[in-house]
Amino acid sequence: MDALAQLAQGFAVALTPINLMWCLVGCTLGTAIGVLPGLGPALTIALLLPITFKVEPASAFILFAGIYYGAMYGGSTTSILLNTPGESATIVTALEGNKMARGGRAGAALATSAIGSFVAGTLGTLGIAFLAPVVVDVALRFGPADYFSLMVLAFVTVSAVLGSSAVRGLTALFFGIWLGLIGVDLQTGQARFTFGLQELLDGVNVIVVAVGLFAVGETLYMASRRLSSDDEIIPLRGSLWMTREEWSRSWKPWLRGTALGFPIGAMPAGGAEIPTFLSYFIEKKLSRKPEEFGHGAIEGVAGPEAANNASAAGVLVPMLTLGLPTSATAAIMLSAFQSYGINPGPMLLQSQPQLVWGLIASLFIGNVMLLALNLPMIAIWVKMLQIPAPILYAGILVFATIGTYGISQSPIDLILLYAIGAVGYLMRRYDFPTAPVIIGMILGPLAEQNFRQAMTISAGDWSVFFTRPLSASILALALIAVAGPKLYELATRAPAAGQAT
Amino acid sequence: MFTRRDLMAGAAAASLLPLAGANAQTAAPVDLLKIFVPAAPGGGWDQTARAVENVLRATKLVNGAQITNVPGAGGAVGLPQFINQWKGQGNALMVAGMVMVGSLIANKSALSLTQVTPIARLTGEFQALVVPASSPFKTTKDFVDALKADPTKVPVAGGSAGGSDHILLGMIAKAVGVPAPKVSYVAFAGGGPAVAALLGSQVAAGISGYGEFGEQIKAGKLRLLAISADKRQEGIDAPTLKEGGVDVELFNWRGVFAPPGVSDAQRAAMVKLIESMTASPQWADICKKQDWTPITLTGAEYGKYIESETARIRDILKDLGLA
Repeated sequence: MDALAQLAQGFAVALTPINLMWCLVGCTLGTAIGVLPGLGPALTIALLLPITFKVEPASAFILFAGIYYGAMYGGSTTSILLNTPGESATIVTALEGNKMARGGRAGAALATSAIGSFVAGTLGTLGIAFLAPVVVDVALRFGPADYFSLMVLAFVTVSAVLGSSAVRGLTALFFGIWLGLIGVDLQTGQARFTFGLQELLDGVNVIVVAVGLFAVGETLYMASRRLSSDDEIIPLRGSLWMTREEWSRSWKPWLRGTALGFPIGAMPAGGAEIPTFLSYFIEKKLSRKPEEFGHGAIEGVAGPEAANNASAAGVLVPMLTLGLPTSATAAIMLSAFQSYGINPGPMLLQSQPQLVWGLIASLFIGNVMLLALNLPMIAIWVKMLQIPAPILYAGILVFATIGTYGISQSPIDLILLYAIGAVGYLMRRYDFPTAPVIIGMILGPLAEQNFRQAMTISAGDWSVFFTRPLSASILALALIAVAGPKLYELATRAPAAGQAT
Repeated sequence: MFTRRDLMAGAAAASLLPLAGANAQTAAPVDLLKIFVPAAPGGGWDQTARAVENVLRATKLVNGAQITNVPGAGGAVGLPQFINQWKGQGNALMVAGMVMVGSLIANKSALSLTQVTPIARLTGEFQALVVPASSPFKTTKDFVDALKADPTKVPVAGGSAGGSDHILLGMIAKAVGVPAPKVSYVAFAGGGPAVAALLGSQVAAGISGYGEFGEQIKAGKLRLLAISADKRQEGIDAPTLKEGGVDVELFNWRGVFAPPGVSDAQRAAMVKLIESMTASPQWADICKKQDWTPITLTGAEYGKYIESETARIRDILKDLGLA
């Protein structure tokens, strides 16, 4: 009950008018930067760091947390409406979300994503308040060998997005892995695939690739098709709001997404992207209508959206309990602590209870505010789809270009954006799926680095992946995910021989 | 986007406010100082730039300042821009440090920090050698003995390969007679993940800036074996590497440079400006807050220091097989 009393005190801090104002400003600002591809919460908070010279610590962190949560909400809006992910964590949302929007269910997709984000954000914040010490303890047991096995499990899930042709799907996957390997290798400090370009030494930004493939590629494809087809205006079907069936198909994915996102977000090398892939895979496997996946299945929006918001809460766990930044945004927030002369570390909770609990309470308030901000906006957002295609796509192109330039003000990024857009067009034209490129790009380098870290630690002993209990159990899960359905099929087919499956 | 713009304006206004009263004027105020940061906002160089800006404004040494960030590859992306496009600008400064020296060598860049005009070394952060609280290593000697016995059995965590953490491990290995390429260095993407690996006892030891470990050491979760400073530090209960029998000293220093092609008078004025800044109580204050050790060194001596550092780092990276 100690936590409850502390939380009540936290609400007393967060509910003062001035802090409510900061929370609102943060949420609005966060939603806005989430919508713009490229501009992320880390950069925004870094630019706002000078505010720490003027504002109370609690207020500043309430503002920063609002931006962080808000960006997660905002990123999904453009993913769904324009197929242009604003954040890497919302890339998976674009897969089904945009298909739903084209099917006339943009309102429902936006609603399930906003409510799912709210549910996950609230549960995740509860997790911070009550489970933080336990979660962080488990998360720290994950070593590089265990992470590698987790990546193997995530790779298994790729089959969910490979599409009908394995050759095309795997080609796309390996193209993505190659893109991910560009840049300086962490373990040796040597440049790979940079063709002598200094700008490529830090690697290719995954947002540039996602926006290039999805938005620019799509625009080129539409432009190439316009000569041969009439204007199609996407009709809005049914109500703006979610139907009864959509509610019943959404709530379980929200909860499952939260259960995946929060612990993985709390892991030092977990991140927000992996839980979204895993959630997408699980929802596809568990769905009663798996055939709808790829054509706008609401579970494929609800699950990953909940997963990315829960992971945002998870990231705050090691930050508040141990002073460990596990994402770029958390690292910047920690440097803000330092400019107040507060040293974030294992003692933070004891030394600054007002600040920490005020922050946690404001996360609850922020979630309510974000839901209130986002739901009424849906009616306005969906109108965007009624803009005639040429104007809409021209707008998307401008938007994608500005957002990309915002990442690093580098012309190289713009060239890359359009080159990858051209690749995206060709892939679309010849029926290659684009999602595996992004998955390969995120997972490939992570798997590689963790594999090599594990091998360095074990002095080259391969057995480490099977002798560590965590790693062995995750690999077993991956094996079940691959072989399980086949075995099940074999087992059930035997008695019911003759029946077509 | 209204809110964003308003807030940015507010933030800018906030940083304009002086921190304290005016200092005794030692140099004529510069109208607009341009600071070039070859890294993203939020990192060490950026924080240094913003600290310089704040102190110069608070002490009324400059009337205005403007910071430009060009991130990428440990400064290797920004440096050519500073050399080519900022050439001859007498009111411009670039923040850089030891990390850039290493990055330029490891990336086989044609450029080096000897091509810009050295103004002043400002701060240094010494490195710390730590082990998990449960580790059998109690002293530097225990660590060194294990390293000598079989370096592959002692995985050491730190930041990216070829960075200051890796360089220190290479220097330690060399000093105790272990072949540098034999050491088992596990590179993590930054201090946070490396600390996580240490807390989870995934590795035998870790090297990073003392600031990354400080709070964990105070909380008893990590044990500090030694620091890479030249002498014991106030408030830190650990011997130096030298006291531990390893003849190595390393500071992760940061400093400022003017572009190439500035006149001698411009260079002298800039050195004077920075000297006045480092002498101010506001500068001492900000260094204390950020855990930076002020190690001011200006002008020609700084230039010599850059040259010797470049040679020393090149040697150690060669030993590690990275250059």
